[in-house]
Amino acid sequence: MTDISSSNALENPMEPGAQPRLLRILTILTVLGFAATLILGLFVAGTDIQQGEVQRIFYIHMPSFFGAFTAFGATVVGGILYLARRSETWDQIALAGVEVGLAFALINLLTGAVWARPIWNTWWTWDPRLTSAAIMCLTYAAYLMLRAGIEDPNRRRAFMSVYGIFAFVSVLITLFIIRIVPETIHPVIVGASPQNAQGGFEATSGVVLALVPSLLLWLTLMPITLIWHRVRLEIRLEALSLQKIRALNE
Amino acid sequence: MKTSFAAAVLAIAGKDLRAELRSREVLMAMALFALLSVLVFSFALELDRAARGEAISGVLWVTLIFASILGFNRSMANEQDAGNFDALRLAPISRSAIFVGKLVGNCCFTLCVGLALLPLMTVLYGLNLLDGWVLLTTLLGVGGFSTIGTLLATMTAQTRAREALLPIALLPVALPFLLTAVRATKGVLGGEPQSEWQVWLQLLAGIGLIYFVLCMLLFEFVAEE
Repeated sequence: MTDISSSNALENPMEPGAQPRLLRILTILTVLGFAATLILGLFVAGTDIQQGEVQRIFYIHMPSFFGAFTAFGATVVGGILYLARRSETWDQIALAGVEVGLAFALINLLTGAVWARPIWNTWWTWDPRLTSAAIMCLTYAAYLMLRAGIEDPNRRRAFMSVYGIFAFVSVLITLFIIRIVPETIHPVIVGASPQNAQGGFEATSGVVLALVPSLLLWLTLMPITLIWHRVRLEIRLEALSLQKIRALNE
Repeated sequence: MKTSFAAAVLAIAGKDLRAELRSREVLMAMALFALLSVLVFSFALELDRAARGEAISGVLWVTLIFASILGFNRSMANEQDAGNFDALRLAPISRSAIFVGKLVGNCCFTLCVGLALLPLMTVLYGLNLLDGWVLLTTLLGVGGFSTIGTLLATMTAQTRAREALLPIALLPVALPFLLTAVRATKGVLGGEPQSEWQVWLQLLAGIGLIYFVLCMLLFEFVAEE
């Protein structure tokens, strides 16, 4: 999908090929969808009786984690396909997945902290799930550090594909830790909450109505659109650095 | 003529062990670090008797994993600096044999440190760590993070920052081993019934197996020219 634009970009990085129509449609759909889910979450869904307005942050908090899940999943797929096919595009997708996923994971952490302040009476606590989510962010920060440390481009792509596959372990741990380590206070909304969970609420039809569209948006449209844009940016950056080298050699 | 897999593994692991027996630089550094770490922990955590029982498995595993990082770094840097890694890649052996060979060597060093730590901590902390199940947990845990450690050390040895990058890259992905091993050790030492902590040992072994297979498959890409 990016092959055409990459050849254009190589000729003139300042004026790369026009955005593919599909990308433009995706971008518009994502923006409209985000606005719609915000309206659903902020105005249409009822106010939680116990927690009040702050509960609405949940409509972003949980979907943003799943957005990160998709993006980091793209890193795994990109890594495997890069190792199998050796096409740069897959590595660019993997890198884009890490950056987009990291942004989503940080949104997830921040919204969680904002919610926890009134509900748990603290911004942060060393709960197993909070800790594993923070470690997940650090894993992908390590990915970016490691990536910056490898000079040879082919070696960098192969190494980071391998690391991207292992890094996904931290995502799986974050997802499943509340099922294996019982002493968490993090509530589970879908399914039974752990015994000590504090600040849970029932997934009533109103909650589901606002949650499901938001979840679908963050799981699919949002990461795909952002990753695509990021891949195009990476192609442009690489073309630019090529031109810089060429200009310096002249 | 192709050397058989087992012969290649034995040759590589044997070379590492022989070199270590003669120089003793890696093992000494690891052992000293582990000893210091255990002592520093007892100061830093100001452990009283009750807190000791709680913290001891965490101290054991954090110490072991940091000591192992020293070993992984040294073992791969040696290969890289002397140009031996290129020779290994040229040799008519499969890449996975190189991986298993290095893994066996790394595993041995960390296990030595682990086996020395258990009686030492038994004396220092007044809790009996010389238990068959603790030994098994040590074996599985060390084997587990040695697999991913060997793979990542091969990667970081070829980067600019080298030593600095390995802990950053290793700790998050070795977390499943740390988590399950600490839980299992804590369960055994706490005298909980076997049914309570057995699941952690099984998880530890299962995750170890998955990591081993993944590392065997992926090492090829890390050891490319």
